[in-house]
Amino acid sequence: MAETRFMTINMGPQHPATHGVLRLVLELDGEIIVKATPHIGHLHRGVEKLAESRTYHQVIPLTDRLDYTNAMGNNLAYVLAVEKLLGIEVPKRAQYLRVMMAELQRLAAHLIWLGTHALDIGAMTLLFYNFREREDILRIFEEVAGGRLTPTYLRIGGVAKDLPEGIDKKIKDFVDAFPGHMKEYETLLTKNVIWLKRTKEVGIISKEDAINWGVTGPTLRGSGVKWDVRKVFPYSSYEDFEFDIPTGTVGDVYDRYYVRLREMEWSNAIVRQALDRLPKGPILADDPRVVLPPKEMVLTDIASLIRQFKIASEGFQPPKGEVYASVEAAKGELGFYLVSDGSNKPLRMRIRPPSFLNLSALPKMIEGSLIADVIATIGSIDIVLGEIDR
Amino acid sequence: MAEVHPAVKKLEAKFPASILEVTTFRGEVNITVPKKDLFEICRFLYAEPDLQYHMLTDLCGVDYFPQVPRFEVVYLLYSFKSNSRLRLKTKIGEGESMPSVESIWKAANWLEREVYDLYGITFENHPDLRRILLWDGYEGHPLRKDFPVEGPDFDKPFVPEV
Repeated sequence: MAETRFMTINMGPQHPATHGVLRLVLELDGEIIVKATPHIGHLHRGVEKLAESRTYHQVIPLTDRLDYTNAMGNNLAYVLAVEKLLGIEVPKRAQYLRVMMAELQRLAAHLIWLGTHALDIGAMTLLFYNFREREDILRIFEEVAGGRLTPTYLRIGGVAKDLPEGIDKKIKDFVDAFPGHMKEYETLLTKNVIWLKRTKEVGIISKEDAINWGVTGPTLRGSGVKWDVRKVFPYSSYEDFEFDIPTGTVGDVYDRYYVRLREMEWSNAIVRQALDRLPKGPILADDPRVVLPPKEMVLTDIASLIRQFKIASEGFQPPKGEVYASVEAAKGELGFYLVSDGSNKPLRMRIRPPSFLNLSALPKMIEGSLIADVIATIGSIDIVLGEIDR
Repeated sequence: MAEVHPAVKKLEAKFPASILEVTTFRGEVNITVPKKDLFEICRFLYAEPDLQYHMLTDLCGVDYFPQVPRFEVVYLLYSFKSNSRLRLKTKIGEGESMPSVESIWKAANWLEREVYDLYGITFENHPDLRRILLWDGYEGHPLRKDFPVEGPDFDKPFVPEV
């Protein structure tokens, strides 16, 4: 009797299909995966530790760099946590602007996912289409916030600045054109036989398993759980918008693909609604403890100058306590758990990264399947290592 | 104060001696429980038909150094049935270990590894308690308050196993 030996294959950390620096150690029986062990941490920058030595305002730029495809959503989760800690109410216009930006960012994040995921499986054309539309969104961000990848647009109590002149037309043009682009993507993939063969019945995770592994976001919805933080714990006026939560049935790669595509259509609809109904009014909360005074006041009024200096140098002291606030980021539930000891810096800032928990369920999805399906499955759970390693 | 959280009522009936403290801040309920009953309480919260806290949203450590006991391990649970969150907290001192809840929620597997990695808190009955974000051979646990933010790099390079 010949003895059975498994072959161990090392995939990554530098591999185009692992979407960052993820290392997978695969034990193979022929082409079948017996055991998969992800190794993470190559991008660990200690964001949670850094935050403990920064004032609350200074943490915002750090959050952009977690899931770097979804900077606005990360900003939003963080500022919501701080606002909850402080107990401040954000003006309606700022809430709508936040929703609009978060949804545009979700579109941009899903566009990257779609392009790279299709590229991994061999459908190269899509990448060029997706990056074309993503570029439009990044141009909008650049005009609105001044930054493209890391806009740092949100502030505690509101947003950094109001929409510039003429941007509403650009957003409207984008929103009007987008359904047409969606058709282009779908023509290439949704009924493409090769695509179906590569994605149907691949990387399956059941409803119960997905919940038990803490999976959230489109990956959870692909398994048929109708759960979205925007609906179950509405934040930032999401209750004002009409949208649906698309779900899959089987929980395979195709379902996750389908869910994300439908989600993009809804995101586009939300941006349109936010633009149409954008209320007039202030964009920052009226709370002198936290919010910087307007620039022209700083230059003309000594009290405002002092306030600006105090807030920028010392920050503010929220009450003692602990809060958790989460948003539906592009990858799933992104939460911030803040513990305050009453000083101007957080005692603890815990980030609940969606990709971290989604990736932890990867071995569950791929063990027993073919090695070629690993690529499809990693692409379908849409991980970003910046957020996993923090 | 608003009405009592249904899970708190159930827990107080089932484990009268184990609910050390219940606080509410900004509408979030925090329950402090002792280490020895944590596992049973988690299993009860998971299995009780009226509660069904089927999702472990988050598990993390907090270091309150120089308080004694210094650490707190925080469990954030979510119930689809009642659409509610619940936070369980357990205080433990340095060198103590926690019971692992991995057998209840698989999500705890990596989350507990992370707490072990960054705080040095060990979890009993964890199937695979290794460092997760930092490499094997790293010295110290960076999220402890007595771990410096800046300082010279230590000369233990990462040597991958072959």
